[in-house]
Amino acid sequence: MAEESRKSTIDIKNLKAGGFIKERGKDQFTVRLRLPGGRLPVRRLKKIAEVAEKYQVEFVHLSVRQSMELIHVNFRDFDGIVEELGEVGQKVATCGARLRVPVACGGCEYNPNGLVDTQASALEVDEKLFALPTGHHKFKVAFSGCPFDCPKAAINDVGFIGAIIPELDRDECISCGLCAKACAEGAIAMDHEEKPLYYPEKCVNCGDCVKVCPSSAWKAVKKGYMVHIGGKWGRRPLIGTLYAEFLPEEKVVEFISEVLAWYKDKAEGLGRIRLGDVIIREGADALLDYLRRKFPDHVVEETHPPMVVDNRAGIR
Amino acid sequence: MDKKIDLRGISCPANFVKAKLALEYAGEGEVLEILLDDGEPVKNVPRSLKAEGHRLLGLKESEGYYILTLEKVGE
Repeated sequence: MAEESRKSTIDIKNLKAGGFIKERGKDQFTVRLRLPGGRLPVRRLKKIAEVAEKYQVEFVHLSVRQSMELIHVNFRDFDGIVEELGEVGQKVATCGARLRVPVACGGCEYNPNGLVDTQASALEVDEKLFALPTGHHKFKVAFSGCPFDCPKAAINDVGFIGAIIPELDRDECISCGLCAKACAEGAIAMDHEEKPLYYPEKCVNCGDCVKVCPSSAWKAVKKGYMVHIGGKWGRRPLIGTLYAEFLPEEKVVEFISEVLAWYKDKAEGLGRIRLGDVIIREGADALLDYLRRKFPDHVVEETHPPMVVDNRAGIR
Repeated sequence: MDKKIDLRGISCPANFVKAKLALEYAGEGEVLEILLDDGEPVKNVPRSLKAEGHRLLGLKESEGYYILTLEKVGE
């Protein structure tokens, strides 16, 4: 009788978006928590610890994509865990052929290198596009706040990297030379009048010149995301290429939605295939032209298909 | 020049923290010279001091190291 009632307690709608991953052991699952941008308020962290302890979870695993996973959870405890974590707004993540929880660095809120608010972007994308089924394969999104690109944007299906274009007001410049010294790319050199000369072709848009400039002579005249598409890692790695530049933060959700729409359509009938491999089949121009119609001010003139990483070179 | 802070041979972020501590003993508006190694220190320390609110006045090279001139802002 007790066995009967235990069987009836699993609420299937909790499993709809995934996030409960079968482990090796019988009845055991990993519960993947939804932490967009890897941000976890201490209040929620405490609750997770409390719930984990209650359900005899001995340890958590910090996943490679900024999630916290509860290990060795008995599937009969799903409902209780979902409900109790829900008390502090902590939700379960996703898995499978869906849009995954976005990863992000700290962004500009507290990281001195950050140029854009990647945390806000990750939260917005998670809120509006969470677990959207792609119909084909997983779909990963990452946000980097600056060209250091710690989250490795280009190995995601869509990866965003914060960037700026600097411009100099010569009258404001005090000729200190700090910008030329701070520029790691050699894109700034002092001229014969002791004023900086800017070489845009060498610039990687990191904003170091703007940040170091004591007189605010260097200013950011453009700010947004460089958008790479078609990357993935795994067995057959691909590096995504640049499709859009200085995309405003408020257009991120719309941009991802358009890429998803193209992917869903073009991958029709191809089975379990990642976006990068669809681009290789269709040609980069097909996606570029599609996006240009929607984002004419930001889509680049030309790009190329994802770069194939020959990670098996040397194998005999 | 009122004061010199020699941060040569000290790596990031210890050099910045040392500069911060030394600056606590300077008065508002005091102009200081900060000696920095080439490489990471000269790229990072000026920017961090600017972010703290101090006024950077200039940078000059001197036999393999750099001299940053700075005016202390704030108490």
